[in-house]
Amino acid sequence: MKLSTASAGTKLTFFLSGELDQHAVRDAARTMEMKIEASLPRDCVIDMSGLTFMDSSGIALVLKTYRRMMELEGRLWVENVPSQPMRVLDASGIERLVPVTELAGKE
Amino acid sequence: MKYENRMRLKFPSRSVNESFARSAVAAFIAQADPTLEELGDVKTAVSEAVTNCIVHAYPDGIGEISVTCRLFEDGTAEIRVSDTGRGIEDVERAMTPAFTTGGDDRSGMGFTIMESFTDLLKVRSKVGRGTTVIMRRRLGRRKP
Repeated sequence: MKLSTASAGTKLTFFLSGELDQHAVRDAARTMEMKIEASLPRDCVIDMSGLTFMDSSGIALVLKTYRRMMELEGRLWVENVPSQPMRVLDASGIERLVPVTELAGKE
Repeated sequence: MKYENRMRLKFPSRSVNESFARSAVAAFIAQADPTLEELGDVKTAVSEAVTNCIVHAYPDGIGEISVTCRLFEDGTAEIRVSDTGRGIEDVERAMTPAFTTGGDDRSGMGFTIMESFTDLLKVRSKVGRGTTVIMRRRLGRRKP
């Protein structure tokens, strides 16, 4: 899995690509935690447009980021979610906590 | 029910093998002409079952994971994921959504995902002996 970040003002965006599973999640979580601590953003976005696979490890990653953003009194969105990761997020009911938008023009 | 084809994999419980296991199962069931959604669902369920073995069955070391897959005449795939690890004391509790002993890198949603992405899920476990997860999913049910 690959993770890149973009920062603009008080907004921090994480771009995830490749396959997100338990093997990949630990490094991703650590990097995201460090980036959040370094910039203390008000708004945080997890962009999943590049993900080709995600299992429940992705739910844990979103939850962990959500908890940290709540501590910072900030906000979190999950954006551009392809269809397979979307089914996993749907099954988890995480949309009750975090706004989620699907990737437009999905297959 | 008569099966048409089967395969078996054995591999050590290294997390790098999660991707190998779900891709191998996906490649095998492709012959039943699944939809993209069915393929994604089976890959996800296999990933959850194999991750459980790696995280929970063998928490302090490396053990063996076995995955068998059978394809039946009616297009049903049956996947068994087994370990000989520490086993689950209370299966019902382990299957409760958001219950986990895996720390904050785990969501506790593994069994919930397996349940929602398959037609049938059975979990057999003995403490100290290991766990077998049996999942069935009917494939190739395309909308007309």
